Amino acid sequence: MLDLVGYGAFFLVTALSYAIICLGLNIQWGQTGLFNVGVAGFVAVGAYTSALLTTPPAAARFGGFELPIVAGWIGAMIGAGFCAGLVGAVTLRLRADYLAITTFGIATTIQLVALNTQGLTGGPFGIGFIPRPFAALAERPLAFSTANLALVGVVTLIAFVAVERLARSPWGRVLRAIREDETAAAALGKNPNLYRLQAFVLGGALMGLAGAVQAHFIGFIAPDNYVPALTFQVWAMLIVGGSGNNRGAVVGAVVVWGLWSLTGFAMSAIFPPEQQARAAALQIVAIGVMLAVILLVRPRGLLGERKTVSRYVEAGDEAPP
Amino acid sequence: MTLQFLADGLVMGAMTGLGAIGLTLTYSILRFANFTHGDLISWGAYFTLVLATLIGAALTHDLQPLGPFSFGWPVVVAGVLAMLLTGLLALLLDYVLFGRLRRRGNAIVMVIASFGASLALRSLLEFMFTSEPTYFSRELQIAFPVGAGIRITPDQLCMLGLAGVLVVAMHLLLTRSHIGRAMRAVSENPALARVVGIDVAAVIRTTWLIGGALACAAGVMLGLTVQIRPYMGFDLLLPLFAAAILGGIGSVPGAIAGGLIVGIAESAGVQLIGANYRAAIAFLLLIAVLLVKPTGLFGVRD
Amino acid sequence: MTDAEILAADRLVAGYEPDVPIIRGVSIVVHRGEIVVILGPNGAGKSTLIKAIAGLVPVTAGRIRLAGQDITSVPAHRIVHQGLAFVPQTDNVFTAMTVDENLELSGHILPQARRRRQIEAMCDLFPDLAAQRRSAAGRLSGGQRQMLAIARGLMIEPVVLMLDEPSAGLSPKLVQSCFAKLAEIRQSGVTILLVEQNARAALAIGDRAYVLADGQNRHEAAAEALASDPTVARLYLGGMAAAPQGEANP
Repeated sequence: MLDLVGYGAFFLVTALSYAIICLGLNIQWGQTGLFNVGVAGFVAVGAYTSALLTTPPAAARFGGFELPIVAGWIGAMIGAGFCAGLVGAVTLRLRADYLAITTFGIATTIQLVALNTQGLTGGPFGIGFIPRPFAALAERPLAFSTANLALVGVVTLIAFVAVERLARSPWGRVLRAIREDETAAAALGKNPNLYRLQAFVLGGALMGLAGAVQAHFIGFIAPDNYVPALTFQVWAMLIVGGSGNNRGAVVGAVVVWGLWSLTGFAMSAIFPPEQQARAAALQIVAIGVMLAVILLVRPRGLLGERKTVSRYVEAGDEAPP
Repeated sequence: MTLQFLADGLVMGAMTGLGAIGLTLTYSILRFANFTHGDLISWGAYFTLVLATLIGAALTHDLQPLGPFSFGWPVVVAGVLAMLLTGLLALLLDYVLFGRLRRRGNAIVMVIASFGASLALRSLLEFMFTSEPTYFSRELQIAFPVGAGIRITPDQLCMLGLAGVLVVAMHLLLTRSHIGRAMRAVSENPALARVVGIDVAAVIRTTWLIGGALACAAGVMLGLTVQIRPYMGFDLLLPLFAAAILGGIGSVPGAIAGGLIVGIAESAGVQLIGANYRAAIAFLLLIAVLLVKPTGLFGVRD
Repeated sequence: MTDAEILAADRLVAGYEPDVPIIRGVSIVVHRGEIVVILGPNGAGKSTLIKAIAGLVPVTAGRIRLAGQDITSVPAHRIVHQGLAFVPQTDNVFTAMTVDENLELSGHILPQARRRRQIEAMCDLFPDLAAQRRSAAGRLSGGQRQMLAIARGLMIEPVVLMLDEPSAGLSPKLVQSCFAKLAEIRQSGVTILLVEQNARAALAIGDRAYVLADGQNRHEAAAEALASDPTVARLYLGGMAAAPQGEANP
């Protein structure tokens, strides 16, 4: 019973941390139409930043400032946001598919740096001993899991509320205007590039935060965590949930993570332990096929944004007030 | 620093260029960045491996490699067959996935779909063959000197020659044949192409077949000169995009020139800063091109 | 001029979206050897009509007949095989290809010998183009491009040549020479169907004209009659959309 609760907490914490990433991607893609295929890179920057800030010093490696976890998480947001700002300043004016290729390249480069600069990031061995929240409760698994779940839940909720309010604010409306018709938005005196950059930075910061949350929950990170499969999972979550929609982002994260875990169970059940690596590969195939099917059958996702002309144009003929 | 990087860069660049030709053709005619192209390279290599193994197993006598090369004729025959199979695989992907999304008219969804399909394709390879690298043959090749401190293996020379032949063939196809003109027409203006009687759907099918076949050739070359593993093509994706964009989307000579430049730059870079950052070099080239001259060297269209 | 009907649209309903028709029940008839002009204010559906005949806009109701054969469901790329050539208003040449390549490509349905002869014939008909055979189409002037677009259409030796606003963007002098060319082309036996904004110039070479408005037929008359009709002048040149039906023709 305890195992189940423990697993349930683990499942939800992971799902919610993915939800935070999705919320970030939703600002970039759903609200602003920025095609970021390098999500894993920003998550990595956040995770590593937080890790380097909060872990104890390690020989021959930079960092280890043993700062409190909160500082790590804030640092993660700043680091990832800064990275996004740098990337965005250079690349956001590229057209969509070039932006996709470029962000993909950036994530690849970030992963390469993480893998090869042992002095900075611990190289292929990664960074361990990342302090876990409520570490004092580690002896009591139930309390520990619940406390962590509550913490991540609160963080996700705050992120969700913040993103929702931004979306409904004048700032959010400008973003959508830019997404739909940039020239018109520019004609209204709004500088599209500045708004896009802001959206990109905010999205990146959220992705970094999620990376830090994940890092502190597991206690250990390595370059292998931040591969294109991660980016793809997040996109799958956003599309399944319904891009453009913050609730969809959260729902999609839980649903896809659920499917992922289910297929994982199926694989362990079907395949013997020595074949687990191959089983993991099959799991990825399953997710890839699933996303393709969703794109073909229901591209709007579960809670997809309906295109609206205006609140006043509904199925009837009401005249606007 | 020796000039060896030139030889290595040339060989790598020729392979990158071959892959980039297929990518640039599908990019300009189908109008989306196809992330599965790298995985077509991997599948091509594995198709060849499986077929060559089958052919070898079906024969009763021992096989000797051809001349100074490391491969025997089963690999050659298998390679040709595999080019067809890889072309068909590309067609299948279009039929099942891209074609349907294309009719919805959303290029960005197609890129995401291709990203997902790419993941599924290489994971499928990993599932079937595990991630252990494998080889076409265990024959060791001795590199012989060709002057200026450069050494090259017979296999590498053969691959260079093969790449050259394929590139010339492609160039002639595009400039002298009707199908080539039709492809250029569809790449520039599909509606007008229809108006002059070109069957755009047939041109699209041909593009996928050619793209797949060339990707397979690149995969066989890569498998012969380096190794075969499920991620071999995907790891080449950034250099492929860099080469195609550097050369100018839609230009076959551009793709080859781009490939050679990327290959040589990577090799030179590897000599200077080590092999770990190989992909980053291609990426830097890509960024530079996109910021300075996005239409590339021989860009025919934006 | 014979009375043989060569091209007809019968109560055609067409539009880019199935539930948003742009032309709603338009009928026209073109006879062999005629020049028929389609006129009407902006948004009347003139371009849509001609594109629907060319197979570029989906047809939801009605029939199209060419030389007696029903071609309504023939896909766009097979239309040339029926002998129907279409010259779009814009993007009507392949700018990255040379004049020669454009012509070569446009004649690809002909056997090589005939194609070669036709290219030479086009160079005779458009001497300006002959001088630029190896230039990329993108480097030609506006007038030369239009000539190339028309030559492109003629490459298949069409029975009917359809043009969408050939005078658009041309200077008055070029408009004159463009229409003179079209008259010359008609002399060689090609039937011409022409959508035009420049009513005066078109009616000068036309035999008959249809007036469309709001996606429907409004009027049909001999070209001279329309040209001298003051109501019609008010319709287009004054910019009014609705016209009273059934003007009496002198």
